[in-house]
Amino acid sequence: MSLRRALVGCKRVIDYLVKVRVNPQGTGVVKDVKHSMNNFDEIAVEEAIRLKEAKKLEEVVVVSCGPKQSVDVIRTALAMGADRGIHVTVDDTDKLEPLAVAKIFAKLVDVEKPDLVIMGKQAIDDDSNQTAQMLAALVDWPQATFASKVVVSDDASKLEVTREIDGGLETINVKVPAVISADLRLNEPRYATLPNIMKAKKKKVDTKTPEDLGVDIVSQLEYVSVAEPPKRSGGTKVESVDELLDKLKNEAKVL
Amino acid sequence: MLTMAMRSGGLRGTAVRWLLSQRLRGGGGGHHRFASTLLTAQQKPYTHIQRGNFNQVEGEDLAVFERILTSSGVITDHADVDRYNQDWMGKFRGQSTVVLRPKSTEEVAAVLRHCHQRRLAVSTQGGNTGLVGGSVPLFDEIILSTELMNDIISLDDVSRILTCQAGCVLEQLNTYLEPHDLMMPLDLGAKGSCHIGGNVATNAGGLRFLRYGSLHGTVLGLEAVLADGTVLNTLSGLRKDNTGYDLKQLFIGSEGTLGVVTGVAIEAVQRPAATNVAFLACNSYEQLQHTFQAAKHHLGEILSAFEFLDEGSMDCTTANLGLSSPLQTPAPFYILIETHGSVQEHDFAKLEGFLETVMSDELVVDGTVAQDAGQASALWGIRERITEALQHDGTVYKYDVSLPLPVLYSLVNEMRSRVASVATRCVGYGHVGDGNLHLNITSSEPNEELFGLIEPFVYEFTAKHRGSISAEHGLGVMKPHHIHYSKPAEAIHLMKQIKALMDPHGILNPYKTIV
Repeated sequence: MSLRRALVGCKRVIDYLVKVRVNPQGTGVVKDVKHSMNNFDEIAVEEAIRLKEAKKLEEVVVVSCGPKQSVDVIRTALAMGADRGIHVTVDDTDKLEPLAVAKIFAKLVDVEKPDLVIMGKQAIDDDSNQTAQMLAALVDWPQATFASKVVVSDDASKLEVTREIDGGLETINVKVPAVISADLRLNEPRYATLPNIMKAKKKKVDTKTPEDLGVDIVSQLEYVSVAEPPKRSGGTKVESVDELLDKLKNEAKVL
Repeated sequence: MLTMAMRSGGLRGTAVRWLLSQRLRGGGGGHHRFASTLLTAQQKPYTHIQRGNFNQVEGEDLAVFERILTSSGVITDHADVDRYNQDWMGKFRGQSTVVLRPKSTEEVAAVLRHCHQRRLAVSTQGGNTGLVGGSVPLFDEIILSTELMNDIISLDDVSRILTCQAGCVLEQLNTYLEPHDLMMPLDLGAKGSCHIGGNVATNAGGLRFLRYGSLHGTVLGLEAVLADGTVLNTLSGLRKDNTGYDLKQLFIGSEGTLGVVTGVAIEAVQRPAATNVAFLACNSYEQLQHTFQAAKHHLGEILSAFEFLDEGSMDCTTANLGLSSPLQTPAPFYILIETHGSVQEHDFAKLEGFLETVMSDELVVDGTVAQDAGQASALWGIRERITEALQHDGTVYKYDVSLPLPVLYSLVNEMRSRVASVATRCVGYGHVGDGNLHLNITSSEPNEELFGLIEPFVYEFTAKHRGSISAEHGLGVMKPHHIHYSKPAEAIHLMKQIKALMDPHGILNPYKTIV
């Protein structure tokens, strides 16, 4: 027995290797830099594809909410092996909050009727870690967050999920349908192979707006200011061991 | 790493810097387990080299140096000098007793003036990452290190000309240029440790030579100190200057034998807004060559790197460093392609066109395109860390040749059959887009029989195909007697005349390059 369909959430964010800089107005960050798929979402996509390869899942549908370039992130997921995509167009993701995203997903759950929704535990830009939890509450489904291992029961009626928590690892059983949020050690995402990158171009991507889904995405929060953390004072080079010892003793006061 | 520090008698100033420089380097640490205990002069085939007619460093010389350089500029403690005597591969080991660390061109000039007058031999050293034993002494030559000459002097934002001292680390320069949206025109695996002065002295090629060209073109000005202490300052910020003989070209690639490079003016290049990395697999060397032609055709102006590695190189890297191949099925040849451009959509469209062609023509059997900067970095890591991975086998016989593309890999195949029973590995990788092969044969320990199977065959093969016995690594102490395989006698004769003219006492890097 297998799960029929999984919705996988993936967000387009600034690439994790880019040095993020605050914009001159102090209202946000410089956006004209390299973007890619949120790393934790990549792990969620990989997990869904592995479930499909293990024949525990039939269809992987990736969903991304964002501007027109978000379709790149969907294409990446399709190149990894997802079946089709849904692009919910939102022009200004700065004002798109987890609750709004959760509402969008809740509506898609109504339409697509998946057995599983899986997404990264948090986005590396806002670090909110809220969408999966809020979605579970809105659709009244069980949630298994910070997943580091997912096992589908033989009859596909429940999932055994190992969660990374402060004290160690916790294993819980949740009934299907459920919401899972992926943590770092769930898997190592694959490289998209050329044949799959080519196939991905032919896979279906539907475009919808929040209005199409009847969801009001008005923001509840207002960004007051964005600033860099205070700069570290510079280090100094020392010329000799004696100088090093002197500085460690009298300046850094660690000896 | 820690072993070296403990042998140096605990954490001392220089050992701390060395540990930090090890960490900055892309990976390496294990190679020092296999550091040769033998001095170079004790190893074949260097045992016949006689120490030149130079004086020895005496107390008075040290006093002079301390006056010029201040005490931190003179290192004589054996434990501290030790690491400067040993090269990166652990293969070459000298017997120097003193390391000098000048901070400025004036200090270098004063040092050389004294050495010239006293007939003291000098071995200039930058990041000590050279691969032909050119960066460490053979006997007791004074080691002249540029590690304290790491100031960036200026950057002209419009002309993009960067002027800096010779001891700046390549990666440091890239970091400095990044906020200006610029980068250095060369890139190599040793970027975390190599000095720009050393790069210039060896005319380093590297990974993006295909796109940005040679240091002979990108270096616009040089400051060098001649053997007698004369400062030759042609540090200009001009793109075009045809006023007499272009002397800087003599120093570029001279491996420190015609003068000590102290300052460099180099043209930085635009940091690309769009970078793409693809990793492909081919079933034959012939397919690889066709793929290269397709890459030039479809990617042309945006192609920035075309590197290859064979199955043996991939096996070595995965086995010795625990990395994993990005592709599921193994293949005899792998290619790493990189593009640099200004608009991602355009570049990706070109890349897709190229990939569709090579796949439908069945030139490529598998491959992947990096989906983010992390994957791009990991794919480059597979190629850049082969050198490090090979060190883990124990002893590496390393060759760097230029050959016509059609026969380039034949050298690897022929060598592999020759050494099959004696070697651990025989692999080939490198800048195939430049016709440059890095041939490496490994064994667990130095093996004379193996060495005899390798040399002179490798040079004879290269000469037969009119190739170069050293594409980019230089001659160092390893190949001065093999120049004739690649250059005619008249040329070698003129090189010797130039050396004698510029360094009459022969004190600069003796026993190396032109002997």
